[in-house]
Amino acid sequence: MMWDALFLSRLQWVWVVSWHILLPALTVGLASYIAVLEGLAFYTGNALWARISAFWTRIFAVSFGMGVVSGIVMPFQMGTNWSRFSDTTANVLAPLLAYEGLTAFFLEASFLGVLLFGRKLVPPWVHFFSGLMVAAGTLFSTFWILSVNSWMQTPAGFHVEDGRFFPDDWWAVIFNPSFPYRYIHNVTAFYITTGFVVLGVAAYLLRSDRSPVEARVMMRMSLNLLIILVPIQMIVGDLHGLNTRTYQPAKLAAIEGRYDTAARAPLTLFGIPDDAAGKMKYAVEIPALGSLLLTHTVDGEIKGINSFPVDERPPVAIPFFSFRLMVAIALLMLFIAAAGQILRAFGRLDTATWFLRLCQWTAPLGFVAVIAGWMTTEVGRQPWTVYGLLRTAQSVTPSLTGTDVAISLSLYMLVYLIMFPTGIGFMFGIIRRGAAEDSLGPAAVEAGRTTTPYIGQSGD
Amino acid sequence: MWQSLVPIWTAILAVGIFIYVALDGFDLGVGILYGFVEPDQRETMMSSIGPFWDGNETWLILGGVGLLAAFPLAFAIIIPAVYFPILIMLLALVFRGVAFEFRFKQIHLQRFWDGAFCGGSAVATFAQGMVLGSFIQGFKVEGRVFAGSSFDFATPFALLTGFALMFGYTLLGASWLIVKTEGGLQSWARKAGHISLVGVCVAIAIVSIWTPLASPAIMHRWFDWPNRLILAPLPVLTIGLAIYTWRSLGRDDELTPFLASVGLFLLSFLGIAVSLWPMIVPGKYTLMEAASPESTQAFLLVGTLFLLPVVLFYTGWSYWIFRSKVRTGTGYH
Repeated sequence: MMWDALFLSRLQWVWVVSWHILLPALTVGLASYIAVLEGLAFYTGNALWARISAFWTRIFAVSFGMGVVSGIVMPFQMGTNWSRFSDTTANVLAPLLAYEGLTAFFLEASFLGVLLFGRKLVPPWVHFFSGLMVAAGTLFSTFWILSVNSWMQTPAGFHVEDGRFFPDDWWAVIFNPSFPYRYIHNVTAFYITTGFVVLGVAAYLLRSDRSPVEARVMMRMSLNLLIILVPIQMIVGDLHGLNTRTYQPAKLAAIEGRYDTAARAPLTLFGIPDDAAGKMKYAVEIPALGSLLLTHTVDGEIKGINSFPVDERPPVAIPFFSFRLMVAIALLMLFIAAAGQILRAFGRLDTATWFLRLCQWTAPLGFVAVIAGWMTTEVGRQPWTVYGLLRTAQSVTPSLTGTDVAISLSLYMLVYLIMFPTGIGFMFGIIRRGAAEDSLGPAAVEAGRTTTPYIGQSGD
Repeated sequence: MWQSLVPIWTAILAVGIFIYVALDGFDLGVGILYGFVEPDQRETMMSSIGPFWDGNETWLILGGVGLLAAFPLAFAIIIPAVYFPILIMLLALVFRGVAFEFRFKQIHLQRFWDGAFCGGSAVATFAQGMVLGSFIQGFKVEGRVFAGSSFDFATPFALLTGFALMFGYTLLGASWLIVKTEGGLQSWARKAGHISLVGVCVAIAIVSIWTPLASPAIMHRWFDWPNRLILAPLPVLTIGLAIYTWRSLGRDDELTPFLASVGLFLLSFLGIAVSLWPMIVPGKYTLMEAASPESTQAFLLVGTLFLLPVVLFYTGWSYWIFRSKVRTGTGYH
């Protein structure tokens, strides 16, 4: 049956994690950006940095709050809907999740309070330090959660006993073969996502003349970041792909849309995958380029999906299309980053309306790319939760009925469809008010949260 | 199969869950009480928990993930068995969490977000109480999986513990407000504390009578000789502390009611532990049987022994930074 507990649980996971991943995609980069701004404010004493920091801190507060509440949902999903997965893998994976909580969540939560509410209560260097700690917390969190995800893709450092995983070598578990690539690829993606948000918001503020001084600075900062990170990301992405070829050949075949094994394989630019027939329809191909890109030789062999047993093949369509979407976005990003630098060199950056408008419209590109990349890697891992070892169908909670999950999924959809558009609306509201009206006064520090702040003992 | 780390992990997890209950208990309790005050007091109440709530909720994640790491079998059985209470708790926490931000930004929808904050706090608390009740009663287990239905949680006992926890958290919330506020709101919180305390005492009494009657094992645990003598201090202390809490709520004393309320929670917590020990899946698996292998527990213990004190230190530090009272109308505008 189609609408059974397994299928609905997978949909539910997609729903809760897709919304959740949008928030770290912004907050990881924003936390580092705020830490840099706080540092500049602390060392130069220039109020401009503090104004920009206060502006982004207000947006950060909204997104972080939504990230916390949608994040609490995640570990419980593993128990409610994926209890067999939990029982089978916990010996190896659960300590990594616990370390995420211990190293990251408390750090973020405690120091965020000081960052948001404490500018008047602590010395300036402590405020800056809090910004650094929040940023460190987001990076620690990404480290552990991606280690867990990478282990599911390329498991290592374990043995199997009574159908459950047992750890042998923690170093091998944490730094499993795909982890370094995935971590760097992901953090870079989050930074780039934030870079495009900052760029787009700055372009908007500049065009609507809300806080042009701050906007110009933001724009230059993000363009400097992007011209370095976007090319790096393309190289890292390539290395990540080579790693996938070694460890997850079936996923790679799906990404490439390659059904039959071939040496001197063409690069399929586009086509309509047909899993039932086992071939790519209407394929548009460039000869030999597929082998060249993936094996870095013209005659390199690329394994086709048809060479895998039928019950070990991922569906081709989603990884195939989402990967192409991600790459297309990367190319567009490279164009924008380069165009921005060229305009800047000619002194036209602040007046090129077409470019500012383009930046505004492409501000959410990073989020689309993050979701596309995540779809590629997760759907490409199917039909496994632990690649080659534990099937998705054997991971689901056995006591669940389709009705149970239909109820829970509907409620998650209802609540998220209220919460996320509202939160995004608030962020737009904050952006519309601009960064200029903020002074270094407490109104900015309070982040719009409350007009009843804490009174410092000294200030009583 | 003896594992020397199991007692240590049992202790760490017990402490972690208790810290969660005490800390998120007070902010959920403030959330419930929020619906019962005049609108002009609400901002003060929200400010009294503003810098703390997300740190407090972090202990919930740590409790869940800690259970998964130290006793994975228990996690894999208990969480599916309370599928709907967990679902309701999570959604209620989502609503309540975003209300902190949203209520100040959508003034025209302030009534809605006020309702979301108060209702979310109440529903999350009730759901947690139902999880507790279902846990005490035990689950239908076959092999390593929960074998009942997702609706098994809905029992009269679970309803009782749901309401019991609501009274418990409002007691914590009211005594937190006594610490953090002054004037009219503080006097109101003293009254709210008295009412909540009555509810807590009634609930503790009913649970204490109900559980031994429903479970012969719990009956033997408490009333066999010499357990009867050894365990007698627990109920006696509880009665004494309840009276002490009542008095401190009425006195001109700001911190004692909160500490006494936490003490009442601690004694109730110990009472449940005595009833269930050494089971982690009541009626089925002991702590030893549900434990993860020593290599897992050791790996996590090394970091935990180092990190947990650090976490406690800066959690305490952020409470210290925001140690003063919140006041209405004295904000910097």
